[in-house]
Amino acid sequence: MTQTTTIHGEKISLLRVLGPGHVWALGVGIVLVGEYMGWNFSVGKGGAMAALIACWVAGLLYTCVAMIDSEVTSTVAAAGGQYAQAKHIVGPLMAFNVGLFLVFAYTMLEAANAITLGYLIQTVGGMMGMTDAAGEALVLHDKPFIVLTIMFLAWLNYRGVYATLTFNLVITAIAFLAIIILFFAVKPWTTEVLQHEELLTGLPYGWIGVIAALHFGLWYYLGIEGTCQAAEEVRSPARLLPLGTMTGIMTLLIAATMTWFICAGLMPWEYLGQAVTPLFDAARLMDSMPLMVLLFIGTIFSTLASANGCINDASRAWFSMARDRYLPQWFGAVHPKYRTPYRAIVFLVPVAVLFAYYAPLDQVITFSILSGLLGYTFMTFNVVMFRRKWPLGSIDRGYVHPMHPLPALVLLLLCSATYFAVFLGYGTQLMAMMLFFIIASLWFHFHRYRYVRRGDQFSMPWPRPQGDY
Amino acid sequence: MKNGDYVPPRQSALGQFFDSMFLLALVFAALFAPLYLGLASGGKTELEVADKTTWSGLGQNAVMQAGWEKLGYTPETAAPLIISRFDYSFDQLALGVTALVVIGYFVLVVAFSKTEYREVIAERFGRRDR
Repeated sequence: MTQTTTIHGEKISLLRVLGPGHVWALGVGIVLVGEYMGWNFSVGKGGAMAALIACWVAGLLYTCVAMIDSEVTSTVAAAGGQYAQAKHIVGPLMAFNVGLFLVFAYTMLEAANAITLGYLIQTVGGMMGMTDAAGEALVLHDKPFIVLTIMFLAWLNYRGVYATLTFNLVITAIAFLAIIILFFAVKPWTTEVLQHEELLTGLPYGWIGVIAALHFGLWYYLGIEGTCQAAEEVRSPARLLPLGTMTGIMTLLIAATMTWFICAGLMPWEYLGQAVTPLFDAARLMDSMPLMVLLFIGTIFSTLASANGCINDASRAWFSMARDRYLPQWFGAVHPKYRTPYRAIVFLVPVAVLFAYYAPLDQVITFSILSGLLGYTFMTFNVVMFRRKWPLGSIDRGYVHPMHPLPALVLLLLCSATYFAVFLGYGTQLMAMMLFFIIASLWFHFHRYRYVRRGDQFSMPWPRPQGDY
Repeated sequence: MKNGDYVPPRQSALGQFFDSMFLLALVFAALFAPLYLGLASGGKTELEVADKTTWSGLGQNAVMQAGWEKLGYTPETAAPLIISRFDYSFDQLALGVTALVVIGYFVLVVAFSKTEYREVIAERFGRRDR
């Protein structure tokens, strides 16, 4: 069965071949790297118990995201996900902002992946105790590996030899299996290895630490909403999108709890709260070379798969905005030989390299989380406007989420709590991010919008929106 | 395209170059500069401990000590990590201003989007008599 849709004036047919397993793999594949790094900064912000509570509260936030996004994306069945939704429901400036949210969430995640990979190679190099001819200890620096990783993956994407879903699926499965093997290796049914009673120290910051931990609690799941990008290619979006997304969230919730259980029972929270590669460190503490090799491979695979996907997604979001003239049209070019958005790929390389080279991991992750958080806030009023402009029955919906507007209200409440969580300790980054988006919005509205074709921004075969739009 | 539809001007290569450079400069000025200048690393305080040179003085029990040592730390090298704490005391005015900026941003974007959206709908569906 095929679906034909019109994008940028071209008829594009996508095969509806994806089942619930594919949707699940798409979501978990993007997000799994969050179990290997980044989540543990929530331990630093509130202690180990606070991180666990934050993990579950963030799970509720993402359940709301999945419910809302399943309805809107299964109806706005156009490539571009939330960007296409914003164009059709709120307006061009919102779409420009949503496009930038996507670009920054992915580009900063790409930088975070490169930092983790460079750090891991530096750590393993140090553990190998290499010396030069004079017997002096050789220090392996992480910076060349950071730059090389970004440049190599950008080159792969430029050439179009990016990893397919199947390849990413295999290396993600290996990374997921590594967590499962580590979980059984620590014998969670005994206190032989894990020492939670000795290592858990309650709430060192009190309950405000629990709220603060919500900031990095989002990292466990950030990007799961990417499952909805496949709306056009899913066999039965009404049933399979929510099913695949919700099972993906449940899988991540279980994997996140397992990861927390292993790490919190092996190392002091003060170390865990700032570790770059917590799962690899857990394997180091097990004194087992096979486990160390396995978790080394798992970390490398999860960061590579994620970084590769990030370059792919960020460059395509930038390319789409250029095709709509929200950005200079020069970026909307396709490579004549490789058929890739090569200018968009190249343009974003210095941004990723500079942040990966100079910025600390927690700061880079914070920018990625903030971009995601702004996108989730957009979803709350987007779904309300969607229901008002096209009430139930006025257009065919692939899926109708229950209890509207309760999920939107809960999501708004949790987003507000997360802004406060980011404000606690990272207020400067929050203000810097808002300043960036405010200036960019003014630039778009008063300058860039003059180059945009008005009517082309609405391509769905829907009736005129109702009410005062 | 119908008669009366908005026809956007053609942007010169130089104009496109300036727009690209503006965005790149904005990213580096707004997001990267605070990190590079060290303006984004505030909000930390230090915990008072009995003795920074011993594990017990740092409040670490035997299991914690074993973990630190396996990870290659001594009390001296672990001390900065153990005593570092986020400072969650905050100025209510700063919180109010931050909240206002976040809310103001969304209000601004939705308001400007609304005027642009009306033009999009007018071209797509025709003007509506009011």
